Amino acid sequence: MAEKILEVKNLKKYFKTGAGTVHAVDGVSFTIDKGETLGIVGESGCGKSTAGRCILRLIEPTSGEVIFNGRNILKLNRRELKKARNDMQIIFQDPYSSLNPRKTVQEIIAEPIKFSKIMPGASKADIEKRTRELMDTVGLAERLYNAYPHELDGGRRQRIGIARALAMEPKFIVCDEPVSALDVSIQAQILNLLKKLQRDKDLTYIFITHDLSVVNHFSENIMVMYLGQAVEKAPAEELFANPLHPYTKALLSAILVPKVGANKARVQLRGEITSPVDPPDECRFAKRCNYYCSDCDKGTPPLIEVSPNHFVACHRVAPQKTAD
Amino acid sequence: MSDVITRHEIVAPPETANDEIVLDIKDLVVHYVLENETVEAVNGVSLQLKKGQTIGVVGETGAGKTSMALAVLNLVPSPPGVIKSGSISVCGSDVLKMSTKQLEKIRGKDVSMIFQDPMTSLNPVMTVGAQIAESVKYHENVTNDEAFKRAEEMLELVGIPKARAIEYPHQFSGGMKQRVVIAIALACNPKVLLADEPTSALDVTIQAQVLDMMSELKEKLGTALVMITHDLGVVAKVCDLVAVMYAGRIVEYGTLEDVFNSPKHPYTEGLFGSLPNIEDRKAELIPIPGLMPDPTKLPVGCAFEPRCRYATSVCRDKRLNNHIVSDTHTVLCARYDEPGFNIDLLRGGENNG
Repeated sequence: MAEKILEVKNLKKYFKTGAGTVHAVDGVSFTIDKGETLGIVGESGCGKSTAGRCILRLIEPTSGEVIFNGRNILKLNRRELKKARNDMQIIFQDPYSSLNPRKTVQEIIAEPIKFSKIMPGASKADIEKRTRELMDTVGLAERLYNAYPHELDGGRRQRIGIARALAMEPKFIVCDEPVSALDVSIQAQILNLLKKLQRDKDLTYIFITHDLSVVNHFSENIMVMYLGQAVEKAPAEELFANPLHPYTKALLSAILVPKVGANKARVQLRGEITSPVDPPDECRFAKRCNYYCSDCDKGTPPLIEVSPNHFVACHRVAPQKTAD
Repeated sequence: MSDVITRHEIVAPPETANDEIVLDIKDLVVHYVLENETVEAVNGVSLQLKKGQTIGVVGETGAGKTSMALAVLNLVPSPPGVIKSGSISVCGSDVLKMSTKQLEKIRGKDVSMIFQDPMTSLNPVMTVGAQIAESVKYHENVTNDEAFKRAEEMLELVGIPKARAIEYPHQFSGGMKQRVVIAIALACNPKVLLADEPTSALDVTIQAQVLDMMSELKEKLGTALVMITHDLGVVAKVCDLVAVMYAGRIVEYGTLEDVFNSPKHPYTEGLFGSLPNIEDRKAELIPIPGLMPDPTKLPVGCAFEPRCRYATSVCRDKRLNNHIVSDTHTVLCARYDEPGFNIDLLRGGENNG
């Protein structure tokens, strides 16, 4: 059994709005082993980014537990949290808005080192040396040391974001759609970089994305979210070979494969994602589901392990072990 | 969204010769002339599209895809945009020689465009029905009521209940908005439809629905479709022809089978190598090294040369000519002048199936 680094229990985040309560994350639980990548996939509004941010307490969760290295992050006071965050970092989706336009590459990367005092007694020269090291690690040329973000393209900016996260020597990084804003040829460069860093530094990732082929390539385990809840979780091979939840099936069949004649049959879904504002007590997917039955009105199905490491939340799957 | 309601009023145009050329772009050059420099966005693009055909224009940010499409509507923002040379004929008449009046007549009627972002291409203070009817009223001699009735039919055609014609864009979801945009574009039954990344802003399941719908409508109405995208999966799903663009030029052109089954250009090879393989998650990604060239400083020869692993000393300075692979397949690469040269397909096999 590998060492458990993160355990999330019944994580909830509700946003109160004029129109009602948005159940952005509604009772999500999972664990991640050290050195593993958990991919979280889902469509816009399913709560995957909110979940990622709640884990770091960038958004204060409504309830639940986030146990990182044996400590409940949600119970820490400000000072303890600041310390704990040295080990937990995030890489944001948009490399255009997540970097301060008035700071140079060097200042952006050095800022967390200075702020967190992880190099006590370090001189200016030490910090500069460390910054250059980090730039080298993520493949940024030395000559960009004093460049500003607007001078750089998306791929290079994302490398700055990665260097900034690595500056803290974290053990765990939440990658929130790190390649969605990038062109395919650059996307592959960044994905390969993140993989290499994981191997070299024994990092643990949560990889949040809407791109199923990317998540399949990148993660050992995948969790599929729908309207704030986890509907299926399994190792990547298992999920792609044997999807059980009707939503996962539809999602996988909607992938467009860049191959002649590969995109024919598709599981058709009715309607569009329903609103997460005050959702009814029934299964969140019931309205669009092709396997809908009266059981589905009985309430949200729990996530049940149907075969080793393969979890599904569906009334139709749990008893018969298959939706068909 | 499988069963699209048949629209009785619009009869598909009579079956004229099936190879009627509806869009013919010849040697198009579009530059953006700025104070100190000139951005060479499109540098000699030629392509032809017959009635009912779909061409996928593939390329990364800055490849010149959108500039090319805007030129077809003569909508390149000027200044700084200048259509330096070339001709674009839509249904036989040259768009670049038309007066503003003439242009207004064909835009939306013979050729229409779907823009990438459905959230910003609709008017927030007009009902969607009125927005569709606007284009009908402009181009056809109909009363307001008739135009609105047509708008309702168009909504049903794209799978939206006609009762929603009196609603405003903010009342629709992203996928629905994109359908409204498509309904506007198709309202006057154009011969050519330019779709600029029509599904990039949508979720996967919604994207699949919209693409299915577009394919169906295209079949039904016989529209020629230019699908601009960076997503090779979208191309594989809806296109018959493929043009791969890099730095303002078409570097490879052919049928879907030509380009996907036996890619010839090193850049096309690189694009396929950069994509995760859904069937083999352990397969390594082979990115294209380096970055897109600066469009203000393009070389005389091949713009891909600095990133190309096949490049030799001749590539940078030699003016490129299209190398003909077969009747339907051309590639813009100097190395093919050498007899027997071929790329070796890094991930051989997988993309050849």
